[in-house]
Amino acid sequence: MRPTPAVSVQGIGHEYGSRMALTDLTFDVAPGEFVALLGPNGCGKTTLFRILATLMRPTRGRASVLGADVGADPGAVRRRIGVTFQSPSLDGRLSVRENLMHHGHLYGLRGRELSARIDAGLEGVQLHDRSGDRVDQLSGGMRRRVEIAKSLLHEPDVLLMDEPSTGLDPAARRSLADLLAGLRRERGLTCLMTTHLMDEAEVCDRVAILDRGRLAALDAPSALKACVGGEVVTVQAEDAGGVAARIREEFGLAPQETDRGLCIADPRGHALAARLAERFGDQIRSITVSRPSLEDVFLRLTGRRFEGSGDMGG
Amino acid sequence: MSDGAAGVLAAGSLARREVVRFLRQPGRIIGALATPVLFWFLLGSGLGRSFNVEGVGEGGYLEYAFAGALAMVVLFTAIFSTITVIEDRREGFLQGVLASPAPRASVVAGKIVGATVLAVVQAGLLLILAPVTGVRVSVGGIVHALAVLTAMAGGLSGLGLVAAWWAESVQGYHAVMNLVMMPMWLLSGAVFPASGASGWMRAVMAVNPLTYGVAELRSALGASREALTAAGAPGAFSSWVMMIVFAAVMIAAGERLAGRRPGA
Repeated sequence: MRPTPAVSVQGIGHEYGSRMALTDLTFDVAPGEFVALLGPNGCGKTTLFRILATLMRPTRGRASVLGADVGADPGAVRRRIGVTFQSPSLDGRLSVRENLMHHGHLYGLRGRELSARIDAGLEGVQLHDRSGDRVDQLSGGMRRRVEIAKSLLHEPDVLLMDEPSTGLDPAARRSLADLLAGLRRERGLTCLMTTHLMDEAEVCDRVAILDRGRLAALDAPSALKACVGGEVVTVQAEDAGGVAARIREEFGLAPQETDRGLCIADPRGHALAARLAERFGDQIRSITVSRPSLEDVFLRLTGRRFEGSGDMGG
Repeated sequence: MSDGAAGVLAAGSLARREVVRFLRQPGRIIGALATPVLFWFLLGSGLGRSFNVEGVGEGGYLEYAFAGALAMVVLFTAIFSTITVIEDRREGFLQGVLASPAPRASVVAGKIVGATVLAVVQAGLLLILAPVTGVRVSVGGIVHALAVLTAMAGGLSGLGLVAAWWAESVQGYHAVMNLVMMPMWLLSGAVFPASGASGWMRAVMAVNPLTYGVAELRSALGASREALTAAGAPGAFSSWVMMIVFAAVMIAAGERLAGRRPGA
């Protein structure tokens, strides 16, 4: 028998009025697995996150966490999950420590045990020297680290994170990744995170690509990239539109316009790059050949470019 | 830890937070205390000299209006303390509470207890000032008054919580609650006694839950039963029944609402 999935989503659908946010979403997350929900703003990932955090009931379908149904038994779900919200759920007028104390009390923790956990938690996010500071005096990145410490304080089995690295600098992002990897090793933490950052998704076991409320793909990053195949040629040109039209005409290819430039997936990318350089020479600013990234996967799967540069979730 | 103990721990922590937040906003303390003192002084000395208000008793209007000032502190503090529900939702704090295993009943209880404590402590501070201004209150009277203030605050913070849970914005909540609170206060016997009011006003005063609190407050502050009856105020028994029923209904409504509507 298969073990109970850490998170199970079965035919979830949700609409706001007449606008479909999620359509027939089905997938499982195994215990100890790290899965990223990747998609541009408005793809439905925050809606799914809120459903799993028991803050919203889906219009259709069922979801469960470690066997407990989010609709029928939210109490059991809430005891097992830790939630890192995109906009930190902290009280700015309380100190870092007071926020964590309060959070512990909500989970039935108190006294010396709670105090020890707070010390360890703040150590984990390198904020032990800021425990007496009022939260509204901290920088955005520090607040996010407090939020992360808070969501781990009660030692959840499943961690739900909504855009966890918003506002974190690269060093803090790395130390968050290390912290989570350590918790997974030590006690089999499962993590489901929404993200619009390709490099954050890349380090997860599997990536679920959400596009306009639908699951476009769910697989290991390497497998997703393999489905694009070969190499990706990226062309930067002053007149991108004009060059794209000529590539279509003369080479019979379908370049896609992205933020990075014109992208063309081709099994023999380097040979194509040479031909393009020869043909367009002076009109091209740069031409690069690379292994496909998750961005290319998104482009291939949805036919649309990935616009994930904003910080708002969808 | 049992579910009950965990619920009490969660509610206690939420209530404590309300008090700590309040103490860290000096503007709120000043506003909540200065407004009723000012109202009492202006109304008491202004109205008392200009008009001969019937049924105010021997102590004169200043003494009559003191119970009204106490009622105002409780009314404003209890109801506006629940505004934190809207702030908590906007700032994202509430979603963290609602995603925690703390029972919804604890969340509501924490808010109501917090608002009640703030309201009673502030009204209590005004009560301590009473002798300075010539209103004499016995120790028994103070205990009596605090009991009345607690019952009133419980009901009013329940009312505020229900409204805040539905409200979309702080501004909207302010507008609506002012519309409710000012008539509620004016038609409670706080400013003028029911005996001198017209028929429809007396009917409104009879269904206004604050009327019963004000009557019991005046009784605690030394007004005789005869004077109260002469002023058209309700009796002690009906006052307590009405205060407790109002509080029970409002708190139950808050519990129901929080259990049903996610609110974050």
